[in-house]
Amino acid sequence: MALMTFIEAIRETLAEEMRRDGSVIVLGEDVGRKGGVFLATDGLWAEFGDARVIDTPLTESMIVGASIGAAVNGLRPVAEIQFADFIHPAFNQIVSEAARMRYRSNNAVGVPMTIRAPYGGGVHGALYHSQSVEAFFTHVPGLKIVVPSTPHDARGLLRSSIRDDDPVLFFEHKKMYRSVRGDVPGGDFLVPLGRARVTHPGSQVTVIAYGLMAHYALEAADRVAEEGISVEVVDLRTLRPLDKDTVLTSVRKTGKCLIVYEDNRFGGYGAEVAAIVAEEAFDYLDGPVTRIAGPDVPGVPYNHVLEDWFMVDPEKIAAGIRKLAAY
Amino acid sequence: MGRRAAAPARRIGAELSLTDEDLVAMYRMVALARAVDERMWVLNRAGRIPFVISGQGHEGAQVGVTWAFRKGHDWIAPFYRSIAMCLTFGMSARDIMLAQYAKATDPSSGGRQMPGHYGDRRHNLLSVSSPVATQILHAVGIALAAKIRGTGQVALAAMGEGSSNQGDVHEALNFAAIHKLPFVFLVENNGYAISVPAAMEVSVPDVAMRASGYGIPGVVVDGSDVLACYAAARTAVERARAGEGPSLIEAKVTRLTAHSSDDQQTRYRSEQELAAERARDPLPRFRDQLREGGVLTDAIETTLADEVAAIVADATEFAEAEPDPEPSTAMRWVFAEDWPSETWPTWGPGIGETGGDPTGETGGDPTGGAGGDPTGETGGDPTGGAGGRGSDGAG
Repeated sequence: MALMTFIEAIRETLAEEMRRDGSVIVLGEDVGRKGGVFLATDGLWAEFGDARVIDTPLTESMIVGASIGAAVNGLRPVAEIQFADFIHPAFNQIVSEAARMRYRSNNAVGVPMTIRAPYGGGVHGALYHSQSVEAFFTHVPGLKIVVPSTPHDARGLLRSSIRDDDPVLFFEHKKMYRSVRGDVPGGDFLVPLGRARVTHPGSQVTVIAYGLMAHYALEAADRVAEEGISVEVVDLRTLRPLDKDTVLTSVRKTGKCLIVYEDNRFGGYGAEVAAIVAEEAFDYLDGPVTRIAGPDVPGVPYNHVLEDWFMVDPEKIAAGIRKLAAY
Repeated sequence: MGRRAAAPARRIGAELSLTDEDLVAMYRMVALARAVDERMWVLNRAGRIPFVISGQGHEGAQVGVTWAFRKGHDWIAPFYRSIAMCLTFGMSARDIMLAQYAKATDPSSGGRQMPGHYGDRRHNLLSVSSPVATQILHAVGIALAAKIRGTGQVALAAMGEGSSNQGDVHEALNFAAIHKLPFVFLVENNGYAISVPAAMEVSVPDVAMRASGYGIPGVVVDGSDVLACYAAARTAVERARAGEGPSLIEAKVTRLTAHSSDDQQTRYRSEQELAAERARDPLPRFRDQLREGGVLTDAIETTLADEVAAIVADATEFAEAEPDPEPSTAMRWVFAEDWPSETWPTWGPGIGETGGDPTGETGGDPTGGAGGDPTGETGGDPTGGAGGRGSDGAG
């Protein structure tokens, strides 16, 4: 058991996986000598060299497209998109190619590839260094979407992602890199993809969240607990496949469901969770399925006052919980 | 004919280390690809298959270039006109025809993709999609893996000149050149991107000129000259295998058919132009070359013609008789394991007895309630075939 930051868990897991499996390579912008703009790949180039840690040109489509080819020919690439905001030039390669390769080849060809990307706001990153992009990809069958919230889960889920035989998008909230610490057990443990976790048991309101919002949901649960509201927090950890059982079990118990996500509210990932809850737990609901999510503006504004206005935070979540609990 | 008596001083193909048997085999492949392709159009016009996209006019370049690669070792990321390339690299006429009929046993996709989206893992032919030029990055990634793993493989990507304008091409060539990857880029320039002539798509006379921007060789070859294409590819493959990096080959070919069965090329190409383009057909040119060189005789030609006709007839009959895919399989292979979909179709999960909704809550009929046609009688639905032609009719 060791105490480590979120980014240390990712860095050590990458190194371990590269030691364990010679077919794992890392490629992306500045991932080599610099060790990544966030230092998530620090030390890998020194240990594994040019062949397995590749500084690429500024070409996101190439990073993903070449990773697809490398995966087809026997490697397990871990591609880094420097900021999730810059993943869009690779959209076609991810959605038209990686996601569909196995299906369109009738299982003849798979793409064992992991794409890591830092996402999220609250870091003075403005419109193009703050985005949450998960909803673009959770829509697409053939992709697995992972958003860990703790060093423990980052480690166990990154291992599972790299070892998975299909493409995984692994989104890391950049604000958590150094602000979140946690105990990480030794040994080669895995956190399976597609399994949520109840991180705070409760009885009156279910709050469903992921990434940074999973932490804020816990803070909000503590705040309203002092007011006598019992909240159950579900940390999804994997967005696709969604662990519907854990979500529905919790909502059927509490009868109330609040979904929290940082992305723009309209058409965000939480909308699908809300639809599933409404369709499959309707008889258990004692209030409307509600969402606390980012405002529908085209980006997180830079000025700190505007950014604070944009960001979902524990108090905004607590307000949503109070309202739903009182319904 | 008396030509054999006047055999040329230098045997055809000698400088390329090709034997007469090689030359006949190459010619046979060009002829087979043409015959399969022509049959596809007949089947489309007869309403047996809804869609055709053709490689007629490209076969010489495809056979010539592919001949320089090692089957079962190297990799090819083809495109929708790559019938001759896929045949040369190991797919059979049956395999090609199964794709036309989109049958369950179609090795390209199990009937999931439109015809023309060839791929066959058994032969290192990568599955191809419809957004053009994406495959160049896959081939470059394959080459990257070959270099890292030290396999000695070379990867080839092929596409038309229209597709070559995509940004992925720039990103791919830049990266392949930086790392001297074992990669060959074949541009089959037939002068048209559906209806738009090359002068309106490419800012320079030859796509090959762009190679200099990446510091790699770029050569233009006559795509109807099979042996010139082979020679160019052999040079590129040798360079790639020696670790010297990628090459670009631009084969000037002709498109003898409409873009597809949904296109009528007389709307944008004159009859005079089409007639003139016939002179660039690689098939008669290669035949004449081999006859003049004494490689191809009446007897060999007759044998080949009979053989090709039999192969095409067999492939057609075989593919038509194969079963359609079962709807109960339609949710398979989203992932390596059965897809634990959160939201099953209201009409059933479509996964057979081995799969199904793990929660058991959606009430889908795991036995295939969607109702596949076990008789396979819907496969050749003539009304379905006609429906696929589109309003343009076909040229």
